[in-house]
Amino acid sequence: MTDHSAIPFLQARGLTKRFSGVTALDNVSLSVERGEVHAVIGENGAGKSTLMKILAGVQQQDNGEILLDGAPVKLNGVNQALNQGIALIHQELNLADNLEVGANIFLGREPKTCGFLNSKRIHREASQFLSMVGLEINPRTLVGSLTIGVQQMVEIAKALSVNARILIMDEPTSSLSQTETEELFRVIANLKAQGVTIIYISHRLFEIETIADRVTILRDGKNAGRLSKDEISHDAMVEAMVGRDISKFYARKSYAKNTAQLEVKSLRTQSWPQHTIDLEVRAGEMVGIAGLVGAGRTELLRAIFGIDKALSGSITVSGQKLTNLNCRTAINAGIAMVPEDRKNEGLILETGTRNNIGLPGLDRHRKAWLFANSGHEKADSERFTREMRIKTSNDSQQVRYLSGGNQQKVVIGKWLSMNPTVLLLDEPTRGVDIGAKQEIYRLMEELAAQGVAILFVSSEMEEVISMSDRVLVMHEGRIAGELSRNDASEEAIMHLATGGRAAHPTEPKEDQ
Amino acid sequence: MKKILGILGLLIFICLATWTMAEESFISPFNTQNLIRRSAEFGIISIGAAFVIITAGIDLSIGSVICLVGCLLPWMLVERQIPVPLALLLIAGISLAIGLSHGLLITKAKLQPFVVTLCGLLFYRGLTRGIVHDQTQGFKGGFSELRTLATGQVPIPGTDYNLPNPCLILMGVATLAIILLNFTVYGRYMLAIGRNETAARFSGINTDRVIILAYVICALLSGLGGMIFVLDIGSAQPVDFGNFYELYAIAGAVLGGCSLRGGEGTIIGVVIGAAVMQVLRNTITLVDHIPTNIEYAVIGAVILGGVMTDALVKRFAAKRLARTAKNTD
Repeated sequence: MTDHSAIPFLQARGLTKRFSGVTALDNVSLSVERGEVHAVIGENGAGKSTLMKILAGVQQQDNGEILLDGAPVKLNGVNQALNQGIALIHQELNLADNLEVGANIFLGREPKTCGFLNSKRIHREASQFLSMVGLEINPRTLVGSLTIGVQQMVEIAKALSVNARILIMDEPTSSLSQTETEELFRVIANLKAQGVTIIYISHRLFEIETIADRVTILRDGKNAGRLSKDEISHDAMVEAMVGRDISKFYARKSYAKNTAQLEVKSLRTQSWPQHTIDLEVRAGEMVGIAGLVGAGRTELLRAIFGIDKALSGSITVSGQKLTNLNCRTAINAGIAMVPEDRKNEGLILETGTRNNIGLPGLDRHRKAWLFANSGHEKADSERFTREMRIKTSNDSQQVRYLSGGNQQKVVIGKWLSMNPTVLLLDEPTRGVDIGAKQEIYRLMEELAAQGVAILFVSSEMEEVISMSDRVLVMHEGRIAGELSRNDASEEAIMHLATGGRAAHPTEPKEDQ
Repeated sequence: MKKILGILGLLIFICLATWTMAEESFISPFNTQNLIRRSAEFGIISIGAAFVIITAGIDLSIGSVICLVGCLLPWMLVERQIPVPLALLLIAGISLAIGLSHGLLITKAKLQPFVVTLCGLLFYRGLTRGIVHDQTQGFKGGFSELRTLATGQVPIPGTDYNLPNPCLILMGVATLAIILLNFTVYGRYMLAIGRNETAARFSGINTDRVIILAYVICALLSGLGGMIFVLDIGSAQPVDFGNFYELYAIAGAVLGGCSLRGGEGTIIGVVIGAAVMQVLRNTITLVDHIPTNIEYAVIGAVILGGVMTDALVKRFAAKRLARTAKNTD
């Protein structure tokens, strides 16, 4: 046997990968020790995904080599990687939700007797793997009936069932709640104790501070640094990722005026009909809504925007009460919404920036006889493409080819063209790299300075805390508490979000 | 534009091939006029189908609506002796009501377009056969003025050829359709809804209203088509009048560049697509060594070939686009 202390368990040397002229990876090296949690971080497009795909056999490198226990291995295809014990858990889960948990774990490798499925064995063995990830569920449960967090555990169990020694996790917590994330960390610690090596990719630096033993940082397809356990800190990681020092996350002034721009009274949503919601956002004020996934935050925004019909309640914009709670009256009153799922709800992916930005305004700017005003549409799209620095080759290039950050800017631009007075944003920076994030924050600040009332939902604590003038924390369909800018801390928010009472409840209108 | 060139190329190729094989009989004034008249009639109903397909829907009831209108018009005029203007008004009203009910069932009751219009396909044919007791309905040699709407023609100065009236009607319909689809707010909404209905709803579009409009247009054009068909032929048998016409209409739209996934299509392409189908049928009749009983097989094969070529071209174009997009990043 080789001496494990000297030779790294998994080593990648000088990996280079080009896609038709674009260099995704340029001479990248990675060295992972047996049984460690090794985080790989970098902005979007830094080459993390490509590196992971090469390690998992999904893609093959153009140059460079991969060594396991010091011996070079060829990973031509997912099966070869699996045979070497390397399994990739994708960001989007690959489970068939119409099948049982056990059937999913053994999908394609079902134990058979005489050509028939041996379901007894499937369930017995599935239970073993499920207990390895701390799940005490019946393997006969349908995957579709499980929460995303539990499904993730099933996916890990599935990887373990092929004797994976190295688990690559690509943004595993992106759709998990806080409790589910904590549960995942327990499982990761457990797996580590059993000698499983984990390569962990995440944008959430706080998580990496918690669980990673070492960190490899990529920037523009190249190695941009390596941090050992005692060097890992939020600032050190951000600095290495962006190549410059961001001393503060985002510092902003408050522009809140005293006039109420959006007033929501006794609003009942379809998903939480037992609670009514009252809130107010003043002109120029930025109000963040924090809470766990499933607390009813998105449903609240959707009800205000009128895309989901509210059961009762009233909405007042700039003193005018909406006569009808639907999307069109909301838009006409000056409400705009940047939805959580930009690809399905925010954009028409197969059309260009011009059609996307022009769409909501077609009716408002139409000419006689319902003729569309193409000139106005073109001018609007040119203006917002320029002002928001949207990177696109021309105004009809399909927006699905744009990066996440540029896509999000198109969605925001589409609504700015309507001159909104109330802007609702649901997870405004999800899946967006750090550079574009800063631009979106700056934009939100500019809008607030112009007097737009901003109400936004975010699951990123640092975002809610640093951007909000006031934080509303939701818990199980109601507003559990309100925190002023000064009182908003991660602990205070989590306390309320998990059902605790506010330690220092602030009176409304005293929070400037 | 490229898409139209492709289908136009196919049309020209089939025409030239038929000309070589069938020679004089293909370009005789009699044959060309009949062919143009037929193509125009099918072009009208294909445009209707295209509007529905562009909003990512489908209408299977076109043939049965043609049957209903085609039988009711002579029945009202001859059997019931209803005055012509009133009969035409009634037919327009019936078509409108059919389109409205399809649209309402699909948007408000949230039923699937396939199911709603499949039921329509069965219902309107059964209804027609019941009303006219399975009797063939004809104009009995009368109403020749009204019939010139379909049978008449305008001479093209300086030639032996004439332009059939349905062709003029098609030009009018196509012009209006092009304006509606490309230059009005509603047309833009239809394309947007076909691509992504959710995003359209999030943009404040009354998607229900736009979808209902598409089904109304389709039913109205089916009604117009049914009227022209029966005026042209002179009689209609309730059992098989308009049978399969929905499939010709849909095939014409698909050949002309509409995707059944919605959001795509041009009116010119659809009109040419409808013409391709009719020229093919004509080819099979005229060319001696193609047995007429394999007509459907030939048409099916040509549609499949056309759609496959289109898919391959699109995949190639998408790859190239993705490459250039990456390079500009």
